Amino acid sequence: MLATIPVLAIVAVLVFLMLRLTPGDPAAILAGDAANTEQIAKIREGLGLDRPLIVQFGIWARDIVSGDLGESFYFKMKVTALIGQRLEATLSLATLTILFAVSTAVPLGVLAAWRFGGWFDRMLMGFSVMGFSIPVFVLAYILIWVVSLKLGWLPVQGYKPISEGFWPFLRHLILPSITLAVIYVALIARVTRASVLEALGEDYIRTARAKGLPESRVLIRHALANAAIPIVTVIGIGIGLLIGGVVVTESVYAIPGLGRLTVDAVLARDFPTIQGVILFFSVVYVVVNLLVDLSYVFFDPRIRY
Amino acid sequence: MSVAAKPAAGAGPVLEVRGLIIELPKGSDRKLAVDNASFSVGRGEIVCLVGESGSGKSVIAQSVMGLLPKQLPVAGGSILLEGEDITHAPLSRLRQLRATRMSMVFQEPMTALNPVMSCGEQVDEVLEEHTTLSPAERRAKILETIREVRLPEPERIYASYPHQLSGGQRQRIVIAMALILDPALIIADEPTTALDVTTQAQILQLIRDLQARHGTGVLFITHDFGVVAEIAQRVAVLRLGNLVEFGARDEVLKRPSHDYTKMLIRAVPTLAPVGRAADPGAPVVLQIRNLSKTYIDRGWLTKRREVHAATAVNLEVRRGQTLGIVGESGSGKSTVARCVVRLIDPTSGEVLLGGQDIATLSASKLRPLRRRVQIVFQDPYRSLNPRRRVGEAIIEGPLNYGLSRSEAIVRARKLMELVRMDPASLERYPHQFSGGQRQRICIARALAMEPELLIADEAVSALDVSVQAQVLGLLEEIRGRLNLAMLFITHDLRVAAQICDHVAVMSQGHVVEYGPASEVFLRPQHEYTRALFAAAPGRDFAFSTDPR
Repeated sequence: MLATIPVLAIVAVLVFLMLRLTPGDPAAILAGDAANTEQIAKIREGLGLDRPLIVQFGIWARDIVSGDLGESFYFKMKVTALIGQRLEATLSLATLTILFAVSTAVPLGVLAAWRFGGWFDRMLMGFSVMGFSIPVFVLAYILIWVVSLKLGWLPVQGYKPISEGFWPFLRHLILPSITLAVIYVALIARVTRASVLEALGEDYIRTARAKGLPESRVLIRHALANAAIPIVTVIGIGIGLLIGGVVVTESVYAIPGLGRLTVDAVLARDFPTIQGVILFFSVVYVVVNLLVDLSYVFFDPRIRY
Repeated sequence: MSVAAKPAAGAGPVLEVRGLIIELPKGSDRKLAVDNASFSVGRGEIVCLVGESGSGKSVIAQSVMGLLPKQLPVAGGSILLEGEDITHAPLSRLRQLRATRMSMVFQEPMTALNPVMSCGEQVDEVLEEHTTLSPAERRAKILETIREVRLPEPERIYASYPHQLSGGQRQRIVIAMALILDPALIIADEPTTALDVTTQAQILQLIRDLQARHGTGVLFITHDFGVVAEIAQRVAVLRLGNLVEFGARDEVLKRPSHDYTKMLIRAVPTLAPVGRAADPGAPVVLQIRNLSKTYIDRGWLTKRREVHAATAVNLEVRRGQTLGIVGESGSGKSTVARCVVRLIDPTSGEVLLGGQDIATLSASKLRPLRRRVQIVFQDPYRSLNPRRRVGEAIIEGPLNYGLSRSEAIVRARKLMELVRMDPASLERYPHQFSGGQRQRICIARALAMEPELLIADEAVSALDVSVQAQVLGLLEEIRGRLNLAMLFITHDLRVAAQICDHVAVMSQGHVVEYGPASEVFLRPQHEYTRALFAAAPGRDFAFSTDPR
């Protein structure tokens, strides 16, 4: 648990350095095409970018410790406030995606393991290869074209906050979460199938059957319960990878979330925002992993920390 | 030859198997797993089904329960449970009968229970599925049954997970689960094979008591004639799917009519030590002085725990002699062996190999000495790399110590002859051999290093009695021919009696008794040693009087 602090510190240093080492001057972008060297220098001074790197880092680090991620060059507001504004959309999208992925992938994986080698199993494995290989943006445009443009069932783009009603909120998120979820359904279903299949070969499954239990109970209480740890682990990894997925999905569906914010901030070389968002994502990632590790205790009584 | 014995008195047998035929998948080494087997189990009777691995005894057990995989279809004959033909009963009917009229106790209590469910819940599933009792009534009944299988603190056991219990306790839970609905038939598939000898004696006693009290019919599957002598009323002997002999216990064990039964009974080692004149002046190859190994478990949130796996062990092995270390699981016998090979590092003490202390030698200094001590492990199925040819496994060691490939291959071929295998086998893979053959290969692998000390860590425990006798004979011959010092680790007193010059009995990390085999076996001093002897199944039974 204490290891999370050095991890975050390393992420902070790397993000800070990498931004400084990549080409592109935020001051020049802010000043616009017509600005002269003097004006750019002035802007740079205003942003504090003329100071030595170590001083810039010191100031940033000191602010982080007090919970301040600095002020955005481009949006001219506090980065914390900016993240706060965009958080709801991303969080909703990510939650819905994971819910959808887990609730479809786990039952599919269990069924495939139960009917190992049968037509359902082969079909699911075929689908999962497809799920892995199809790029998110391609799938997104296909879905928009079919579901929104041809059938007209769901909106093409945009986002409605939950405060404007649950149904409009959900309607706008269905396509984006399905798009994003496909790869996780493939991933989680495969892992579920493999680990349930392994559990089904164990002696306690034979014991459960010898007790006269129905297959559903054998599958869920005995096989799936023992297969839980790899599944939970891959769900945890999935949540981490989701961060990469939201950037593309939010762009395609024009959802004003953290993914879009990242893209905009990168294009504007908005150092404080990029640093802030990446640091925030790292915290989320570390926390999710920690929760996954802790959940092992719940799933397997043999594990103790 | 099949003898149709009469079932015990009562209203017909609990289980009757008539002309049962079960097929094996195509491409197996024989066509039928079970070929025309007929036997019966009477009410309140214990029938032992005896056979070596691959004889089809577990297949019969599973066919009765309807647990056979699809690849092994019942092709003929019938299975009658209390007069009802269940040979081809639908799954729904089998499910009703399981746990209520027939139930099963499995071999491996370590794996037969679901590790993520508490023991109480696992027993509760049976009641939940088959009865209409309320949760409180179910709980009361479970606690009562836990008490009946003589487990301490029923409340605590109810809430415990399998890993928190010992092997014997887990087996009691499995028995409780099988017994709770008072079935007419219990099928026990090698229920004590994985247990220590003292635990085995207790579980056998428990099964006998419960069976007598409830009048249950028991089909008891085993490979161990000691157990048969201890528990059976009637015995059926299986060989490669054929039921070769079926009759009353004393009849079969004392006057076996079939050659196979005679051979099996002859192969059972006796508790009498062979008594060989050992040269007391032979040079000492291995001397262990005050060897201790302590494991320290530092949990994150748990308290620091120390486990003393071995404490102040003093032993010596001379050239051409065999020292047996006998003990139950957790006694520290394997810990000592592993310290000697330096697979683990001793905490303190000395391991003198030809006068040089290797207990604290650094890895690089140890490497040249590794050749001198070689080990053969228990499980021949897992101690050979399945993806490498046998020959590669044997020559790998000598190649590491500078032998040329051609020389190493010549040596490997010679060794294969020594362990009585065809040198052409070097080109084959481990899965193409039987357990006994694999163990021979493992012995050849160890000998390829030309060691001074050979350690056999339960090297014959996983083998059938007839194969066990052959491998023991081979080890004995090799020891004599190469004048090797041998450290023989076993839990089996009978095996130790056959092969050891000296015996050390270990319990809880301590050597409690140590001396010449004849002394230890004929005049045991320590109470633990006496308890071990007392627990050996079938010790008082006079087997077939055929001359050896």
